[in-house]
Amino acid sequence: MYRIRFHGRGGQGMKTAGRILGTSFFLEGFDVQDAPRYGAERRGAPIFAYVRASRSVIQERGVIRRPSLVVVADDTLAGLPEADVLGGQSADTVMAILSDVPEGTWRSRLNLDSPIVCIPRPDAIKGYAGQAMAGVCCAAVAARLCGSIPKSTLARAVREELGFLAPSVLERSLSEASRMFDSLAPYEAVVRDRPDREFSCDNPPGWVELFHDAAAVAAPVIFGGLTSRLLKTGMWRTFRPVIDTARCRRCWWLCSSFCPDSAIHVGDDGIPAIDYEHCKGCLVCVARCPVHAISAVPESRGVRQENGEEAV
Amino acid sequence: MKRLLLTGNGAAAWGARLAKAEYIPAFPITPQTEIIENLAAWIDSSEMPGRLVTLESEHSMMTAAGGAAAAGVRVFSATSSQGLLYAMEMLYTVAGWRVPFVLVNVSRALSAPITLEPDHNDVFAARDSGFIQIHCSTCQEVVDAVLLAYRLAEHPDIRLPVMVNLDGFYLSFTREPVTLPDQQGAAEFVGGFDPLGMAFRAGAPLSQAVAVLGGSQYSYFRYQQHLASLQALDVYDDLEREFFGRFGRSHPAVEAYRTDEAEMVFLMTGSFATKAGNAVDALRESGIRAGLVRPRLLRPFPVRRLRQVLRGVRGIAVIDQNLSVGKGGILYTELASALYGQENAPVLLSFIGGLGGRDISGEEFIGIARVTIDAIRSGSVPEPRLLYTADELRHIRKLQAIASVQQENHCRNHE
Ligand code: SF4
Ligand code: SF4
Repeated sequence: MYRIRFHGRGGQGMKTAGRILGTSFFLEGFDVQDAPRYGAERRGAPIFAYVRASRSVIQERGVIRRPSLVVVADDTLAGLPEADVLGGQSADTVMAILSDVPEGTWRSRLNLDSPIVCIPRPDAIKGYAGQAMAGVCCAAVAARLCGSIPKSTLARAVREELGFLAPSVLERSLSEASRMFDSLAPYEAVVRDRPDREFSCDNPPGWVELFHDAAAVAAPVIFGGLTSRLLKTGMWRTFRPVIDTARCRRCWWLCSSFCPDSAIHVGDDGIPAIDYEHCKGCLVCVARCPVHAISAVPESRGVRQENGEEAV
Repeated sequence: MKRLLLTGNGAAAWGARLAKAEYIPAFPITPQTEIIENLAAWIDSSEMPGRLVTLESEHSMMTAAGGAAAAGVRVFSATSSQGLLYAMEMLYTVAGWRVPFVLVNVSRALSAPITLEPDHNDVFAARDSGFIQIHCSTCQEVVDAVLLAYRLAEHPDIRLPVMVNLDGFYLSFTREPVTLPDQQGAAEFVGGFDPLGMAFRAGAPLSQAVAVLGGSQYSYFRYQQHLASLQALDVYDDLEREFFGRFGRSHPAVEAYRTDEAEMVFLMTGSFATKAGNAVDALRESGIRAGLVRPRLLRPFPVRRLRQVLRGVRGIAVIDQNLSVGKGGILYTELASALYGQENAPVLLSFIGGLGGRDISGEEFIGIARVTIDAIRSGSVPEPRLLYTADELRHIRKLQAIASVQQENHCRNHE
């Protein structure tokens, strides 16, 4: 069986990736399961989708615990515990990551001995409008790495899943899928169709006896205030708002009032400042500022600017 | 017949379309919404005749469903979880009206704490409502069950609403290959809706859903509902055979997987049963005679069938993805009452798991089988087990620490 997990962010087409790959396998006569995993249903939040494909009837169900392939659309997820990109990876799990950071760096960062395929991010997915194209690219990555899917089948699956889009978008999707598929020829079939099970009869279930806790412990109550500060939702951003303080008129601080995440604080000097650890990048503030003092900058560029690697 | 990839929600919508449902009262709720979206799109594009009306609540939706069925119209509706509970008053009411229609429930765990993922407490809350219940474990079963459900509901000896249950996420959002019956074959199988003279017609006044005063009259109608539901056991068997003859797929009231010579069996409902089947294969390979028994019909409860299938089995591990707080697993209790007093009755073990979408791992199925075999050999039956791992406990303790929960002196699970 092939067990594939796609990790990305809401808006990057991970569900689409799963569907294109699922349809590709199905067209090749495999039994298939594909499913997205919804959580916080919001653009930018970590999301994953998974696909099982087998020559025999699939009895497994639910989230894939022992993936044979993990495709990561957004390399910022690798360091995010709740994205659980590394969950269940073993020595023979292949990890494919769309990233401009070299493979060796990932290998040492993640301390992995298993195969890593590092794929430079295609230009098509870099801009805001191209986000959704990541899904198409990831499906092509998985199709090539699994090796059981000819390019013509992949194209047919893209047409089936994205046929409802404008013809120009469909054509671009097809050419991106094709380009990605071609570029990965050296990795053809590095992922194996193995007749294994997802569990071992030798592993104990790891049960614990659950005892009664006092109500003050066992009721779903958060006693500590401000715990939401601990969740760095800034990781959700694909675009970041940047305030040009020279342009800012210190109006009624519309930006701060309308920010749904209370991520804009106004200092004693009256100048609004954005808390990038929690700003989710919804860009409501950009739309609200009456003097257009807030602009939307792609997150990757924002990070480079923050690090002084690029001029503002 | 066409084979394609469909989610459980897509399969449910196709069931309604193939059965030519004419009226769909709707209210959206995760994870059911996609069913309504599919039907709305088809009706909008005229691919499917019929009316879809959005109501202001599930309570109204169920009332509209019952009312339309009473008017002689074929009705389909769908809900989930909190929605099903919000409609609870009307579930009992429309079943008492003896009106036939099909309601799909996409299982989702109940609040609180509120969550999105599945377990079976919602559908079991409707256990005593008078609805017939069919529980599915694959997307294929969903579309087939909807067709069977209309035949059951509209059968002159039954005439009760039928609920078809599928798990949220693991079926509702999961695509699998599904063979769709062709429209003509499905229409022939389901047939037209004959309201048996119990429908509103201008110029032929009649009163439905009348009130009674007095326990004797009340009892008569309630008993009749019960007897009608019991009729559904034999009717289902006949329909299921007819369905197999026409479409080549068999969906018996009780599914028995590798129960031949089985020493122990897993007994459970829903989509995780396929995982139990996987564990059965592994156990058989290692020489343990394991099997799987899965009741599809939950109401009426197929007692006779279960006794037949379980004859000779020495131990049963009942896995409940529900929890009757203060008692335990509902399926376990149901099964115990069905087997009590039987000669050579097997030992019964209870496991609670899969609440709120929690996975039940392959290792856990193997562990459950081992505990059951031990109980058979030793004759001593362990207490019901609440499936939970040391890792999970560590994780919840971490979350509690973040939430500033004071754990000292309150917890026995210190590690
Ligand atoms: S983009 Fe603006 S409005 Fe949205 S969260 Fe960030 S600071 Fe707040
Ligand atoms: S809305 Fe614009 S002008 Fe007003 S405080 Fe914010 S940045 Fe300044």
